[in-house]
Amino acid sequence: MARVQMKGDGRKAKNPKKTMGRLLSYLRAYRVSLIVVVLCIFATAIAGVSGNKALQYVVDDYIPPLLNQASPDYGPLLGYLLRLALIFLMGIVSSFLSNYLMVRVAQGVQRDVRDKLFANMQRLPIRYFDTHAHGDLMSRYTNDIDTLRQMISQSLPQCISSVVTITTVFVTMVTTSAILTGVVMVTLVGTLMMTKWVAGRSRKYFVSRQRSLGAANGYIEEMIQGQKVIKVFCHEEKAKTDFDKLNEELCENTYKANMYSGMMGPMSNNLGYLQYVIVAVVGAALITGGGGLNVGALMSFLLLSRSFNQPINQVANQINAIVMAMAGAERIFDLMDAEPETDEGYVTLVNAQRLPDGTLTECPHRTGLWAWKHPHAADGTVTYTELKGDITMTEVDFAYDPEKPVLHDVTLYAHPGQKVAFVGATGAGKTTITNLINRFYDIADGKVRYDGININKIRKADLRRSLGVVLQDTHLFTGTVMDNIRYGFLTATDEQCIQAAKLAGAHDFITRLPQGYDTVLTGNGASLSQGQRQLLAIARAEVADPPVMILDEATSSIDTRTEALVQKGMDALMKGRTTFVIAHRLSTVRNADCIMVLDHGRIIERGTHQDLIEKKGTYYRLYTGAFELE
Amino acid sequence: MMQTIKKLLRSVRGYWLLTLLAPLSMIGEVAMEVQIPTLMAGFMDAGVKTMDMSFVLRQGGLLLLCSVASLFFGLGSATLASKAAAGFAGNLRHDLFYKVQTYSFSNIDRFSTSSIITRLTTDVANLQMTFQMSIRMTIRCVFMLVLAVIMAARISVKLCLIYCVALPILAVGLFTVIRKVQPIFKRVFKTYDKLNNVVQENLHGIRVVKSFVREEKETQKFTEVSGKIYGDFVKAERILAFNNPLMQFTSYGCMLLISWFGAKLVVASGDTAALGLTTGQLSSMFTYTQQILGSLMMVSMVFVMLTMSVASAQRVAELLEESPDLTSPENPVMAVADGSIDLSGVSFRYSRKAKRNALENVDLHIAPGMTVGILGGTGSSKSTLVQLIPRLYDATEGTVKVGGIDVRDYDLEVLRDSVAMVLQKNVLFSGTIAENLRWGDPNATQEDLERVCRLACAHDFISGFPDGYETRIEQGGTNVSGGQKQRLCIARALLKKPKILILDDSTSAVDTHTDAMIRQAFREEIPDTTKLIIAQRISSVEHADMILVMADGQIVDRGTHGELLSRCAIYQEVYESQKKGDEDNG
Repeated sequence: MARVQMKGDGRKAKNPKKTMGRLLSYLRAYRVSLIVVVLCIFATAIAGVSGNKALQYVVDDYIPPLLNQASPDYGPLLGYLLRLALIFLMGIVSSFLSNYLMVRVAQGVQRDVRDKLFANMQRLPIRYFDTHAHGDLMSRYTNDIDTLRQMISQSLPQCISSVVTITTVFVTMVTTSAILTGVVMVTLVGTLMMTKWVAGRSRKYFVSRQRSLGAANGYIEEMIQGQKVIKVFCHEEKAKTDFDKLNEELCENTYKANMYSGMMGPMSNNLGYLQYVIVAVVGAALITGGGGLNVGALMSFLLLSRSFNQPINQVANQINAIVMAMAGAERIFDLMDAEPETDEGYVTLVNAQRLPDGTLTECPHRTGLWAWKHPHAADGTVTYTELKGDITMTEVDFAYDPEKPVLHDVTLYAHPGQKVAFVGATGAGKTTITNLINRFYDIADGKVRYDGININKIRKADLRRSLGVVLQDTHLFTGTVMDNIRYGFLTATDEQCIQAAKLAGAHDFITRLPQGYDTVLTGNGASLSQGQRQLLAIARAEVADPPVMILDEATSSIDTRTEALVQKGMDALMKGRTTFVIAHRLSTVRNADCIMVLDHGRIIERGTHQDLIEKKGTYYRLYTGAFELE
Repeated sequence: MMQTIKKLLRSVRGYWLLTLLAPLSMIGEVAMEVQIPTLMAGFMDAGVKTMDMSFVLRQGGLLLLCSVASLFFGLGSATLASKAAAGFAGNLRHDLFYKVQTYSFSNIDRFSTSSIITRLTTDVANLQMTFQMSIRMTIRCVFMLVLAVIMAARISVKLCLIYCVALPILAVGLFTVIRKVQPIFKRVFKTYDKLNNVVQENLHGIRVVKSFVREEKETQKFTEVSGKIYGDFVKAERILAFNNPLMQFTSYGCMLLISWFGAKLVVASGDTAALGLTTGQLSSMFTYTQQILGSLMMVSMVFVMLTMSVASAQRVAELLEESPDLTSPENPVMAVADGSIDLSGVSFRYSRKAKRNALENVDLHIAPGMTVGILGGTGSSKSTLVQLIPRLYDATEGTVKVGGIDVRDYDLEVLRDSVAMVLQKNVLFSGTIAENLRWGDPNATQEDLERVCRLACAHDFISGFPDGYETRIEQGGTNVSGGQKQRLCIARALLKKPKILILDDSTSAVDTHTDAMIRQAFREEIPDTTKLIIAQRISSVEHADMILVMADGQIVDRGTHGELLSRCAIYQEVYESQKKGDEDNG
């Protein structure tokens, strides 16, 4: 029901021809169906037109001879009607066939586009998501694809059928009377101009309606989200007054927009009758004036002109729809064409086991020991390097936006088994460093090595699989608690998941949920507190059992006592493995092996908690509360 | 269902006249429109065929008159119906918004914020469309059907018998299609929501997807749902594909039958109107057939739309029917004497269905001017406890007293103005900083604003902004840091000059130094105000007159920092977890 939405906002496609061409390429897979559909549409339209005309023959040609006869012979009429029935039957069958076949084409193209869009989106780099509004990307899946479907399933077939009807009717009209056709064309232009004027007004008010709808809905959203604050401040009356203002404006614009669009129907309908009268009067004048027209011809011409206006109006409407769909299609293709994440890595991560002679070899099952498999193109050999979690960054520079460098000349080393912490104000570059380690972004200058291998040589999927990441903004997926934990390691057993939850300190609250581990979470775990969500995210990372863990403000909403428990569990799990911790609560990073203090993209201090306190530098001042972190 | 409609129709108020005139005008349009085929028949038979120019002009003038009248009524009904529908929707939105303003916390919890928003936006839009359609399209097709049949019957009752066969066939056919299709569509819309949900979750959680290398899994999830939609849509639309041919079948069938029997009637009458049927009338029968069958088709479409909006109607009515759980009493107490707080035997559960009490038998006395700290783990019901004091929720058992009087006896506004609360999940609204602060007191002067901002240690950073107090806050307060936001929220609450101030974990993003300064300011500047501080940091509460330690909905211990440190295990643990290295802190 949420699909009742305004389509488009008057956007125009930049290159409609190219977009249409590309769209047609999606139709290619259905070309057999499409050819049949087009033929059927032809048949239906012709059946319709010739049917209407044929009925007139009944009135004009078949009935008069029967009049005033003692025993009229209905044979010819019956024969004619039976032939007509055949034509109608053909029209019905082909109409069914075209409708039926079109379903698969329209839905199929929609699905193809949708699936391709999503698959491509998954391959886009993080930068793309960081620089594009989510609501905007979302609307390509909803509004844009929907207008596309409407175009394919309704507008295109209707246009074809209208064009066929218009052509046949037009040809018949011209052959009947060129002068009257001229009269029809003149009145038609008049009608189109008037409807265009109304359509213009209507569009104008639709734009303002959309604007005030956006304003009113935005206000509703903000107020309802802050409803509890409104209650606490007894601010209800003020909220009501402001709302009424927006609501009245919306009311007015809705009224105008709907009024003008509601006028279109009666206008084109009744202007058609007007045209009818004009043609009749001119026709009658032509007959009496000896313009080479007879009564029968005028009568059939009048009927023809009635069936001429409707398809023309339809085409006018559908062209509008097609233009809108093209704009939508262009936006879809824009997203599809976005540059995907590149990956030239060839070093892969494999489970390993140690042979008696101390060398490593690949192993099909999980051993808790991992190795980097490094094929050498030069001599075709393969070497295995044990994954230890030794990460070094050498003289790394980086900027999201070339104008504003974020990291300068950062050099750091994390030895296997170490816990390395980053501390610093917002924007100091803490999260950026982790973004570079898992290659969400690529460095501008410098080197990052993982167990001595340049990370650019490691396949991205394997690199990321070796890193467990827990972020401050926890994202859970719709599904059970168990599903969410298992997200970290898809083949984990229930026991493994529960074990991870216990380590993360999440087991306790999970068992108190209504359905325990089977409780279904929706809306990013809306029913859980932020702290509980973080505990789940930690459990999810733990079940993946990664050699290296990155915790980016992962415990910020967890009380210190629970945090201490979580840390204990985590330390046990990560024994001998490397952990990166980012936290603004200093108690979280205190027991790190090495604390790096970042300021404006530079590492300004490094050492253990004790070292840094004794140094009485920035860390000391942070710690004693002279600085605000955030 | 009738109940729901009745409830919703209340929002038509002020637009009843338009709501009645719009269908009348539409009936006028239809009444004029159905005249036209008959007039045309006469025009053809008598005028064009006999080439009687004066008759042509007269009949033509009549035709023109009818179409102008029809145009007039048509434009009229469009205007009236749009105005009535826009007015109805406006009233409905107004009623809903006002209703929600009366909700208490528990009402909001019951519906959830996002569901209230959808009802106020999408559902109202659906109902507006339905309303407009009801007073326009529904009336149009029903009257068109009836009037066209009458007009056709006036030409020939015998030929009309054909409709008696055709209409039921078409009706049964159309409604069978609808019945088969509707459940599929209902299902497919739900699946659609699922698909959008997958996209949404992937957009927001793309970092999680990429770090766990789950792109394939997500794509597979998407393709699966997408395939389900495809399957359902194909199934539904293939059934719908019968609609057009069915319509064509009946309409062509009617025309053939009318041609056949009509021809016989024309021949029998000798093409004279007086004796029976004329050829002109026969062709107007064709037009009526189109009008009649076309409106039946419209009726079926309108029917589908109406049934689809039933769900919206029910969801909206639910909001309107919800009665607020908390209201001011009949003769409320209009002043709060002092900032003392008394809880005796208080238990609380969020909903009747909840398995456990969130608070269990709490007794507590706080004297005016005291500073009370509250500590406890995630889920220990700290927030629940303090929310009972400004009567955001009512205690399930026991009594809560402020200033010696039961909170249920106060006027709600008086109580909440005296008990200022800074919520944990706090919100700033779009507008300037000054506007946001004035939520606490609409009449506050610039000096008042600066005074409370100094107290909350916010004045310095506000002055640092180029626009100072006139700096615009974006929706959700995204353009200030977490610590700044918290201090603005504290200042906003202070502006109320409350007798009791409650901070629910409101300084968590503020550094320890500033936190201490705020507490010092409280101590010195507002000594008479009772202060309740929920915190995670020991340093935030250690100087309080009393510290409550909560676990599992109970106050497990209470006392000063020193007392608790000597005897309370939980307190010691929390202290330990934060203390390491604190010795360097002095």
